[in-house]
Amino acid sequence: MITNNTNKNLLKNILLIVIFATIVVLLDFDIIGDDYVRRVLNLAAIYTIVSVSMNLVNGFTGLFSLGQAGFMAIGAYTVAIFTVPIEYRPNIFYVIPQNPILAQIQLPFVVALILGGLFAALVAILIGMPVLRLKSDYLAIATLGFSEIIRIVFTNTKTITNGALGIKSIPEMPTMWVFFGIAIISVVFIVLLINSSYGRAFKAIREDDIAAEAMGINLFKHKVLSFAIGAFFAGIGGGLLASLLGTVDPKQFYFTMTYNFLLIIVLGGMGSISGTVIASFVVTVGLEVLRFFDDTLIIFGVNIPIFRAGLRMVVFSALLMILVLFFRNGILGQKELSWDLLDKYINKKKTPHKKTTKGGATH
Amino acid sequence: MTIQIFLQQVANGISIGSLYSLIAIGYTMVYGILRLINFAHGDIFMMAAYFMVFSMINFSLPWYISTIIVIVVTIALGVLIEKIAYKPLRDAPRMSIMISAIGMSFLLENLAVYLFTGVPKGFPDIEILTKSISFGNISLSVVTVITPIVTLIMLIFVLFITNKTKIGMAMRAVSKDYETARLMGININKVISTTFVIGSGLAAIGAILWGSKYPSVIPLMGVMPGLKCFIAAVLGGIGNTTGAVLGGFILGMSEIMLVSFLPSLTGYRDAIAFIILIVVLLVKPTGLLGEKVTDKV
Repeated sequence: MITNNTNKNLLKNILLIVIFATIVVLLDFDIIGDDYVRRVLNLAAIYTIVSVSMNLVNGFTGLFSLGQAGFMAIGAYTVAIFTVPIEYRPNIFYVIPQNPILAQIQLPFVVALILGGLFAALVAILIGMPVLRLKSDYLAIATLGFSEIIRIVFTNTKTITNGALGIKSIPEMPTMWVFFGIAIISVVFIVLLINSSYGRAFKAIREDDIAAEAMGINLFKHKVLSFAIGAFFAGIGGGLLASLLGTVDPKQFYFTMTYNFLLIIVLGGMGSISGTVIASFVVTVGLEVLRFFDDTLIIFGVNIPIFRAGLRMVVFSALLMILVLFFRNGILGQKELSWDLLDKYINKKKTPHKKTTKGGATH
Repeated sequence: MTIQIFLQQVANGISIGSLYSLIAIGYTMVYGILRLINFAHGDIFMMAAYFMVFSMINFSLPWYISTIIVIVVTIALGVLIEKIAYKPLRDAPRMSIMISAIGMSFLLENLAVYLFTGVPKGFPDIEILTKSISFGNISLSVVTVITPIVTLIMLIFVLFITNKTKIGMAMRAVSKDYETARLMGININKVISTTFVIGSGLAAIGAILWGSKYPSVIPLMGVMPGLKCFIAAVLGGIGNTTGAVLGGFILGMSEIMLVSFLPSLTGYRDAIAFIILIVVLLVKPTGLLGEKVTDKV
């Protein structure tokens, strides 16, 4: 029975991966879709990276951190500063010239991307060492404050970041596999991490940090580790965003950006990686689908006055509210999507019989 | 720097500081009772400024009637927000309530962008407040002088309510122990609503004074004051009204002094509040006048 099921699930998994890869390849070779679709899907992949990393910190370790936008800014600026071709730079830094040392350095994209992630992680460690002593809402406000400080520093260090003007002409990536590949690597890494002994320690801290400490878990070490890994992937996400958009400026990384990821992890379920991945795509694509709210809508020659610029964000924030108020556990709560879960769900739909409760594993 | 400019800056610092104090009282009261950062508080403040614009410019009401209307409408908004966003989550985990607060703040901002557009609106000129008066060589606007006075009056008013009235006693009971207070027959919902009434009312007064000082109203105008006033409340010891006022003064003063003594760092003006916050949280997590809290295990 078990082997039979595992075999069937393995087949299903392989089939799913093949379908997924085919779709990406078809999109990549411009056979289906267009630039717009590709751009939205790449954005969804980036959102997946950042949301999953945020869920590691918030959902799995129970640290309410709101610093994602700041860490993304670090990654994005690192990629921007080091990958723009040297000959373009005088045109970008035309008001105040770039720092002469930085002006001579150009790094390959991957190196700059990893460097961006590492910088973000380094900053996270420096911030985390003092700040992670704080609890829930104090931690939230302190991390949010740090994210703002990072943004303010970037606005003011004009010789490095070109201040409020931002940096343009960041080389764009030719293939979707850059975005999707890194997203897959990140998700796999975080899944492996969560299922390791470190992950169990994180979850113990989430459930009750005092009890966890009593069991011999080093709270400080694990909190900083989770925070730094979260920041690393946020930095990577930021770097990819810089390359996707081709431009960075401090306004992009206003702290409200973090709210997007908050919506995603609430929708997907705090403590569910698969939920977060699904929610990343749902929210990113949803935000594009909702774009019609911002356009004027004319039905039978009558201009419907409700539809004008800004409605999309109203709907978006109203959705966040509805979600928190009525669907507090999101799509998956703390469960992970699996074939068994799907089978169970479908069977329950087909034959409404008595609920069988299984012990332990889920809450 | 001449002594004259210095005194002028001190007056500005006190004025902006007392504005922060006024809004910080709202934060500190809500936190004291619900243990919740009311992220939407800054946006209630923003809405109050818009209400003032509408009542004075679009409906051409005189300033004294507008002020009353604005305070009433803002209070209604504050209580409504509590009913929609916080009441259904009374027994939910902390994180859900906080996300709800963030969502409410985001919703109000987006609603303001949608309804009033992002184009700045001019705050109506309340002549009695914007007229300038001079003390020797220093000339100040009336609003600069009046703000600290209003703040002190309001502080005394709030202290009176919390310490001398029956509802104030209920508030203190709820902030000490929510569950026990409920078991003792205190109407929690009434106490929480009263807290929101006072907080939103103070935010409305703050918005009117703020608008007379910085007469440009935009949908995101509440964000920075909101965060800074929260920081002021934390700095003074969250839950403590006098502390919130003290924190507001310190914050306003340090900001103005940074700008006037180190003009090259003006760009970092908004960062100083966060730096102060982080230093305070690390050195004295309960704030200057905060009580020591012990974790229940």
